[in-house]
Amino acid sequence: MKIRQISVFLENRPGRLSALCRTLADAGVNLSTLTLAETGEFGLLRLITPDSDRAKQVIEKAGYASTVTEVVALQVPDRPGGLASVLQVLEAHSLSVEYMYAFAMRTGGDAVMVFRFDDMDRALAALQAAGVGVFKAVDLFGKRPLANGH
Amino acid sequence: MIRNLWNDLEGTFFPESALDYMPADRLREVQLQRLKAVTALAYERVALFRQRMEAKGVKPGDVQKLEDVRLLPFAIKNDLRDTYPYGLFAVPMSEVVRLHASSGTTGKPIVVGYTAQDMEVWKQVIMRTLYAAGYSRGDVVQNMFGYGLFTGGLGLHGGIEGIGATVIPISGGNSERQIMVMKDFGVTAVSCTPSYFIHLIEVAGKLGLDFKRDLKVKRGVFGAEPWTDQMRQYIETASGIKAYDIYGLSEIVGPGVAAECQCQSGLHVFEDHFLVEIVDPKTLEAVPDGEEGELVITTLSKQAMPVIRYRTRDITAIETRPCACGRSIRRIRRINRRSDDMFIIRGVNVFPSQIETALLKTEASLPHYQIVLSRKSGLDRMEIRVEVTGEMLSDRLSEMEGLQRRFSHSIEQITSLHPEVTLVQPGTIPRSEGKAKRVVDRRNESV
Repeated sequence: MKIRQISVFLENRPGRLSALCRTLADAGVNLSTLTLAETGEFGLLRLITPDSDRAKQVIEKAGYASTVTEVVALQVPDRPGGLASVLQVLEAHSLSVEYMYAFAMRTGGDAVMVFRFDDMDRALAALQAAGVGVFKAVDLFGKRPLANGH
Repeated sequence: MIRNLWNDLEGTFFPESALDYMPADRLREVQLQRLKAVTALAYERVALFRQRMEAKGVKPGDVQKLEDVRLLPFAIKNDLRDTYPYGLFAVPMSEVVRLHASSGTTGKPIVVGYTAQDMEVWKQVIMRTLYAAGYSRGDVVQNMFGYGLFTGGLGLHGGIEGIGATVIPISGGNSERQIMVMKDFGVTAVSCTPSYFIHLIEVAGKLGLDFKRDLKVKRGVFGAEPWTDQMRQYIETASGIKAYDIYGLSEIVGPGVAAECQCQSGLHVFEDHFLVEIVDPKTLEAVPDGEEGELVITTLSKQAMPVIRYRTRDITAIETRPCACGRSIRRIRRINRRSDDMFIIRGVNVFPSQIETALLKTEASLPHYQIVLSRKSGLDRMEIRVEVTGEMLSDRLSEMEGLQRRFSHSIEQITSLHPEVTLVQPGTIPRSEGKAKRVVDRRNESV
């Protein structure tokens, strides 16, 4: 149910993001989605890839500080109020979202969004009980080729 | 009674300290006898030690001479965490009269226990510590080590009372009040961390006091963190007191493992209670006396929590020359003797080791850091650049900002300066010969 997300520490300076992306590209790591959260001085690049172990190795070998966290990918109806209906479930259980971002892929008519909760296990239970679609890693990556080039 | 008589007669000799002068062969006999006893105790009463010894195929009876301590397995800090809270205790709780614990910044704290006899031994090694530094009855001692679970405050407290001096159990913090008490109570001696005392010297200056003229403090024992000879020089010159290094760790007893005498050349280990070895941290083999290595300690008389071959992670060496003071107990070198480049910013003296101490309050291991001094419109700025490691990293921005704030706060606590903390990517602080240059002073580059 949970999906591994890699967060990488980046200083807010020109060229830092592209250097990391180049490193990943050179190693043939395919990114499923990514998002950048930043303050004035530094940023956290959060990324999801089918081959997280190898991606983590590549990132570490290139000298970046990184950490792995678990997140969930939820099925969000692509219509007005779609996201609100998901958030409502969480609100009802007083669960808080740490952050969320869109997955660069859609299934049918729905959007896929990545969520990080304060209490992941309770959130998952509440969402499933409310019938919100939760993706497994295989749903997200299964039909795609794994990292190419090796 | 006898003590008072001796004090009057000799002025400098105290019966507790007689053990410091025991003939070397007698001392080794006492050590061996106690080593045998503590090995048997640990084997019989502490599962962890028994399992480790069985795994190595060693029996308590195999310890026949002092060097046989090398047959025994090592213990590390994680052993105390893994057996939290009482797993290493060798006596029932009904025998334990005192508990202390580490602050536990990384995960579970470690808990240590003392029997009534352990408390007596602890008091005596602190008395020997204080006598060695020239303390005596009649001193008014302001004890600024933290009271509570930390072993520093209450550990020193027992020994200060033991020598018949007056103890002021003020604990740490509230610096202006510390100075007021120091002045109004006629304090003649102090005990605290060296960084805190450097901070107090600054505070006294700001309050318009001349440390040498307005205060009566003559001596201090300082410990609980590494400090350099430069820091000592600064303390002694700026405040006019004599500053002595003391060493100890909660896992072993707290303060009172080793202490400097008035020769200030290495710390005498209270060897009748603590057996020290120096080993190569990589191979774990013994290194010859005089050579540097990791300090390993075995408690020789602890009842509640005997510890066999504890790896302290502190790097030192055993001094081979006899000390001019005449004590026969051997000395270890000061734990931190590397050079330190003090700088002055906004009139405050800052040592890089103080910044290290502050960073270590937040992180378990010292990150690569650099202090960058600069000047903007006539005002000096201190920036601390800290390389982020995977262990420090969180996927949440709020936690990363919290980390920045914690660094900044602990540096402010220790230096009374508000630094700018910048988190940088690993490997971005230039290193020469593997070591980062600690201080970059750019204050003269700008107009």
